[in-house]
Amino acid sequence: MSNYGLHILRFVILLLLQVLILNNIKLYGFVNPYIYPLFIILLPLNLNQIQALFLAFTMGLSLDFFENTGGIHAASCLVIAYIRPLVLRFSFGINYDYQTLKFYNEGFKQRFNYLAIMIFAHHLVMFSLEAFSFQHAMLVLKNTLYSGLFSLFLMLLIIQLIRKEK
Amino acid sequence: MQQIFNFIVRFKTGLTFLLLMFVALFLTVEAHSYHTSKWVSSTNFISASIFEFKSGITDYIGLYSENEKLTLENTRLRNKLLNLEENAIFDQDSLILKDSTFISFPVKLISNSYLKTDNYLLLNKGEKDGMYENMGIISSQGIVGIVEETTANYARVISILNSNISINAKLKKSNHFGSLTWNAKQPNFVELVDVPRSAVIKVGDSVVTGGNSLIFPENLPIGEISDFQLNENQGYYDISIKLFNDMTSLKNLYAIQFNRREEASFLLENKQADE
Repeated sequence: MSNYGLHILRFVILLLLQVLILNNIKLYGFVNPYIYPLFIILLPLNLNQIQALFLAFTMGLSLDFFENTGGIHAASCLVIAYIRPLVLRFSFGINYDYQTLKFYNEGFKQRFNYLAIMIFAHHLVMFSLEAFSFQHAMLVLKNTLYSGLFSLFLMLLIIQLIRKEK
Repeated sequence: MQQIFNFIVRFKTGLTFLLLMFVALFLTVEAHSYHTSKWVSSTNFISASIFEFKSGITDYIGLYSENEKLTLENTRLRNKLLNLEENAIFDQDSLILKDSTFISFPVKLISNSYLKTDNYLLLNKGEKDGMYENMGIISSQGIVGIVEETTANYARVISILNSNISINAKLKKSNHFGSLTWNAKQPNFVELVDVPRSAVIKVGDSVVTGGNSLIFPENLPIGEISDFQLNENQGYYDISIKLFNDMTSLKNLYAIQFNRREEASFLLENKQADE
């Protein structure tokens, strides 16, 4: 499959983009966008779920190696890879069930729903595991909301940029 | 037997998820405890060389302000030295230089973090350059962290902005001891806890390192008191300290080598063996 190359390239580019550029943004001192989940979000729709889990785990763990965070990125990537079929069905409805879904052909609203659910789920798990105590619950929610909005904005931009022409 | 296989085949996705999740959570728990051997660390060859490559490019951006900082520090040290040399002259082989307990050497930061609850830094020197675990790391303005893991060429530092760290510190004026911790709220404020109520405290007082550790020498600057309150139940102060360091813009740091660590750790280990 010639798509392998594309996905490996996407993996490397997103990882480096995240580690070398986006982790230095720190808007207002605490808003940090995370766009590497885009790799999991854009995995082929008909991909075997087990393969998706392993790929998500690899992506998350690679980031953990750079960030010294143990397994928090791996865990949050696993969660969104696991709920992905559910979210896809919820956002795209019947098209997903009939396997006729073309991601870039769907309406903006459906794509937005899909991205937003995935991103906020990912951020919530990640920031909770990072704080690792109920003491910081407000901090976790605040970080999830602001960083999530920023990530969502960046991802929508990126998806528009890399969109394939029909 | 057949039923077990059927079960595994039917729930293979869920089982894979649980298995990988278990690994991820195990690594997370491990990362949240201090001083266990870490599997996941940026000191590995790939991530460390990528960070070093990036640092080689971005270093030029901060060069002007770094120069300014170093010049200021040079001036301060030169002033001290001028006054010292009036009274004493040190030869190259003088006992003071040869037999000093602590010496420092320069290291460079290649990756910084200060937004998480547990922050780590990466340095460009490792075991080859004489770095070892539990080395103190300072900047020209104050303490930065403690070396936690070393490889041949890199060292990982647990920053003072880490919820697992606790450093012995004292009030400069009255010598009352406490421990320095971080509450994960702001990157330029830390907390000093366990200072007894008998201490006299004023906003603006300096806090320095205490001598009760083999990591930092006594009286290194940390910060100044910005706010405090007495915990009535326990009779201890909770003191908020503004760091002298700007933890968000660190570059040139110093590692502090403790020359008598073998002797000291030998004594400590003997004591533990006796107990």
